Amino acid sequence: MTAPAYNDSSQAAIPARSGQSKWLDRGFRIVTQGFALAVAAVLVIIGIQVTINAWPAIREFGLSFIYTSAWNPVESVYGALPMIYGTLVSSFIALLLAFPLGVGTAIFLSEDFLPAKIRTPLAFMVELLAAIPSVVYGLWGIYVLIPFLKPIGGWLHDTLGWFPLFRTDYIGPGMLPAGIILTVMILPVITAISRDSLTSLPPSLRQASMGMGATRWTTIFRVLIPAGISGIIGGTMLALGRALGETMAVTLLIGNSNNFNISILAPANTIASLMANQFAEASGLQVAALMYAGLVLFLMTLIVNVLAELIIRKLKPY
Amino acid sequence: MTSHSQADSRQPDQNAKNITRKKGSRQSLGETAWTVVAGLCLLTALVPLFLVIAYVLVQGFSRLDVAAFTRLPPPPLSANEGGFANALAGTLIMVAIGALISVPFGVLAAIYLAEFSSGQIPRWIRFATNVLSGVPSILMGVFIYGLLVLPFFGFSAIAGGAALAVLMLPIIVRTTDESLQIVPQSVRWASLGMGASKFQTVLRVVLPAALPAIATGLTLAVARAAGETAPLIFTALFAQYWTDDLLSPIASLSVLVYNFAAVPYENQRELAWAASLILVLIVLLTSILSRWATRKQVY
Repeated sequence: MTAPAYNDSSQAAIPARSGQSKWLDRGFRIVTQGFALAVAAVLVIIGIQVTINAWPAIREFGLSFIYTSAWNPVESVYGALPMIYGTLVSSFIALLLAFPLGVGTAIFLSEDFLPAKIRTPLAFMVELLAAIPSVVYGLWGIYVLIPFLKPIGGWLHDTLGWFPLFRTDYIGPGMLPAGIILTVMILPVITAISRDSLTSLPPSLRQASMGMGATRWTTIFRVLIPAGISGIIGGTMLALGRALGETMAVTLLIGNSNNFNISILAPANTIASLMANQFAEASGLQVAALMYAGLVLFLMTLIVNVLAELIIRKLKPY
Repeated sequence: MTSHSQADSRQPDQNAKNITRKKGSRQSLGETAWTVVAGLCLLTALVPLFLVIAYVLVQGFSRLDVAAFTRLPPPPLSANEGGFANALAGTLIMVAIGALISVPFGVLAAIYLAEFSSGQIPRWIRFATNVLSGVPSILMGVFIYGLLVLPFFGFSAIAGGAALAVLMLPIIVRTTDESLQIVPQSVRWASLGMGASKFQTVLRVVLPAALPAIATGLTLAVARAAGETAPLIFTALFAQYWTDDLLSPIASLSVLVYNFAAVPYENQRELAWAASLILVLIVLLTSILSRWATRKQVY
């Protein structure tokens, strides 16, 4: 922190630090600390702010907001069950598809199947998927993904229509295209973090396993994946958090229906897209109800993200 | 199949025979099958990237003329093709406001984390920063709506910029923190040993060394903010016309794409594709640029 003070007479040529310089150092430290604490405070203030704005709706509906499914601005009755269901199901569809794809991609890019010169650009390209703006995915989804999924959705309904999840016919916008676009958007998160945790494993693990006569894939399944599991699960949780809160692409693709429908081929809604859709025209209690829905979303993503951070930190065996 | 087993089979030692894996055995077929599955995962992951970029290029490029950059958004069904001039300017203005707020804020916070940290506080701040970067962007819009739009400014460029600043903040803190930590400790000791104060050391020695990496973080944050839509519809809204002050609603490229994405009017939809192309180009260029910039390290 401070330059050592020399009492030795031979060092007398070096003057002691001026008081000003010491104060500058101390002030600098305090200022930076203030800003650092402010960053953490932003997280807390977001929570408080949303709660304050949601308070009229919280007082009016209490916890019934979460398990009733009326969204009726005319009669000022609000329940967010269809949107909570939509948020969870669209994210679950995305996880179901993105987890195997992402982990498979991460393994392929962390092993030496391809020369490093090709592998690095490929990994970069997968990460680029995360950079493309959400609203562009939405636009693309409307004109490319929804028509593309038509035969698949129709087939699901025709052959598995007895199953509640495929009960309605595919009409275009709905849970299925929203889930698929979310898959594309969270895939790079799972891939990047899984790959990081696989490549940062000590080489001795692999050498030991190979030395015992294990094949490459036995090594991957029995040694590397168990050792890197914290990164894989943590990355998946982060991806889940991202999927829960994703707004624009989902809003453009999910159909924005506030009626509860269990079928994934039917239009649905998520909390984020509900807010994006209704906020501009909302007033009075409806704003508070939207804020309440936002608070539910905040708590959901907060829990998922905190768990993800803890898993990535705590479960690191190496 | 693997290079490992090929190396084994090159030694026709009698004792080694038992542990040699045969090609075409069930085990080695399984190995190949898994490799193919993993490779297919990678291919599947890359297909959407190519499809999205290809579509945006094809659909957007035809409409990317001079008018697109100089005119205002067209009303529906008009013969006037229009452009996104005011939206492009709005995006630039709000991203600039966002950077002006978040860069000093984030860099100072990161200096504390990397240079002065001790004990539990920095651990918690890093934790909170990571969690903050996972908060949905729409909630950052809601936050600024409650903090600035309702009580003070109304829908405005300042509010939009502030929402983008909240979005950029955790990215800048994290990248700056990491790039300061990479600067070798010996550099700090050398500076302090020369009699520099901590303030001088950080400002004149450590920060310049970390500057390329910090710039990369800023680039990534700018790219992310430029494409964000959700926080802006709560804070900046949209404007059909030019906005001449920072306190009224302002257009942005991403909100233009959102507004025009699902309309039945051909001229507005074409403009949405062209604006998407600009957004994608910004993102691709900044990503590639930042990747290229991080290759050069000072220490």
